[in-house]
Amino acid sequence: MLQTNLTHLTSEEKFNQTLKENENVMVCCGRMGPMCIPVYEAMEELEPTYKNVKFADMEFDSPTGNLIRSLPETKNFNGLPFTVYFKNGKVVKATSSIQSMDQITNILDSNFTK
Amino acid sequence: MNENHYDVIVIGAGPAGLTAGIYLARGKMKTLILNEGTVGGQMVLTHEIANYPGIEKISGFQLSRTMRNQATAFGAVIKSNIKISKLSLNGEIKSVEINNKETFTAGVVIFATGGKSRNLSIPGEDEFKGKGISYCATCDGDFFQDKNIIVVGGGNSALEEAVSLTKYAKSVTIVHQFDHFQAFDHAIEEAKNNPKISMMMESKLAEFIGTEKLEKVKIQNQSSNEIVEKPIDGVFILIGYEPNTEKLKGIIALNARNEIVTNDKMETNISGVYAAGDSTAKQFRQITTAVADGTIAALSAIEYLNAQKIKDAA
Repeated sequence: MLQTNLTHLTSEEKFNQTLKENENVMVCCGRMGPMCIPVYEAMEELEPTYKNVKFADMEFDSPTGNLIRSLPETKNFNGLPFTVYFKNGKVVKATSSIQSMDQITNILDSNFTK
Repeated sequence: MNENHYDVIVIGAGPAGLTAGIYLARGKMKTLILNEGTVGGQMVLTHEIANYPGIEKISGFQLSRTMRNQATAFGAVIKSNIKISKLSLNGEIKSVEINNKETFTAGVVIFATGGKSRNLSIPGEDEFKGKGISYCATCDGDFFQDKNIIVVGGGNSALEEAVSLTKYAKSVTIVHQFDHFQAFDHAIEEAKNNPKISMMMESKLAEFIGTEKLEKVKIQNQSSNEIVEKPIDGVFILIGYEPNTEKLKGIIALNARNEIVTNDKMETNISGVYAAGDSTAKQFRQITTAVADGTIAALSAIEYLNAQKIKDAA
């Protein structure tokens, strides 16, 4: 399990349930690596402010990680982490590799109305 | 004084800033650590640290978490992922504004702003980040199994990572702007002796090209100015680090490399302002040297504040 304070999506059932129960979901799929940790930390910082968004992580190398790895939106990605933003269960944005706090907040603000 | 007044504000939460925070808070100084990026700084870029005395092996992430926990357990307040919007350092009371809205004051400010990876800043770099361009061989190497890749750089990191990437890649081309490498001899030898590695010296990447992902690069020879296009699957950019001191230009004395100039007490040219870690001018940059700098800066700050109290009481 990833060492973060985010919701861990450890099974397909939990992933589907999270998308079903939350209008706006941000999932960061990675490892405990140098490009991934800053994204998890930014998500942890943003979680109290963006109450309209569910922030979750997923282990890249787990079977569940395949749910993100196999998305058409991530097929050209080759930099960890893969971060995917869902609205009503549909992908609205996906990014590869490290993202800054500004880049993440811009995506949240432009795709998820508060 | 209001609740936003501290004895010391530390700017930066890498090993230097966190160590300063630990020493200050343990020394009963009301301490605020402000950090623009990720807590741990460049330390979290290290998968495994095996030369930190007293600890056989630890990840950079775990070491930074432990340092953070130590600092907060002693009472330091940490605010991370903020933006420093204004600095006022002259006078006995210094002020730091964050996010254009909240201002904190203190008798001492310690800058431990660290460094950041250099970018090439050429067309296509932002567009293909994570879609062929990487800054971390350990993180992304396995995406390039049997692919042709380029490593940009000529220092130890570039050459060592180029060798490491041959575990995955079909071929690795090292592109370096000078006619010689800056790396240690053993790293150069190892790269030269690896049959999967070729080298393009005196050459610079000029552009990244592709549609949905990186497909080729333009490479310019520095002597002839000739530009060639090379089809490629991935590029790893490992061209070193630069100090995070943009906001200090014109405020604090920096050297020609934009590093903060300090004396042996880690004092800058401004009274009550100290600096520590990789953003300072020095020869060696290790976690251990950052920790030492942070310790010295914190103890110097305590000494300075105590002297100020005696002066004010007199």
